Amino acid sequence: MGAVSACEKWLYENSFPVDGGNFDDAGRVSGRIKTILKEMGIENDVVRMAAVITYESEINIVSYARHGMIRLHVLPEYVEIEVVDEGPGISDIRLAMQQGWSTATDKIREMGFGAGMGLNNIRNFSDIFHISSDVGSGTRLKMIIHIQQEQNR
Amino acid sequence: MLLREVQKILDAEVLVGAEKLDMEVHTAFGADLMSDVLAFADSGCLLLTGLTNPQVIRTADVLDIAAIIIVRGKKPSPETLRAAADKKIPVLSTKYILFESAGRLYEKGIVGSAQKVDGRRVRL
Repeated sequence: MGAVSACEKWLYENSFPVDGGNFDDAGRVSGRIKTILKEMGIENDVVRMAAVITYESEINIVSYARHGMIRLHVLPEYVEIEVVDEGPGISDIRLAMQQGWSTATDKIREMGFGAGMGLNNIRNFSDIFHISSDVGSGTRLKMIIHIQQEQNR
Repeated sequence: MLLREVQKILDAEVLVGAEKLDMEVHTAFGADLMSDVLAFADSGCLLLTGLTNPQVIRTADVLDIAAIIIVRGKKPSPETLRAAADKKIPVLSTKYILFESAGRLYEKGIVGSAQKVDGRRVRL
């Protein structure tokens, strides 16, 4: 756990499991990631972007998938977040990326989500965003947030 | 403005965080859709919402929101209040509707965490 040496450049690397259907748990991983990045002294904007991305991702996993994994890599130049889930997948990504398009249940809407904004938020809070999906297998997201070194200090 | 003054203006009941009423607040955001709160609210602002489940607290925590004002007289569940106490986020409840609450606060100098949005804010 914690700082790892698999790649010399990584300042931090860890994976966090998220269970599908466990609505009470959504937000736990993003809370941890936020704390980890803050403690590393990462700039506030980057911490917030990473927290929003991971929180929306958790909501997506608990809402739609059976199981998911959120991987956090921190390098000196950027934060990389990968979200991989086992679930129904998305048949039409273009449609899913459209603001307002959603397959959310009432339960999800009661929580204040499911208005077709989640993937948009994830894309908008990333500097680089990539999504791929296999129907019947799952969805994979990869996000990069650049760290603006020294500039703001 | 102090949170204590916000409480007075909205005739609000303090459900969590009575010890933090001397906190300064200057901005606010109002919505029931947490994805929009995540997108457009700023750290340190007040969150006005009619949503009462624990996701409100988690959303507020993700953004470092100063305090939550529950509008329309709604009462959060014990679980929500426990989450707020854990995260040390004050929760106030007012009987005013969202529009009235926002208007009364704006009149006294609280402004929006953003005025307009263009749908895409990458760097804040």
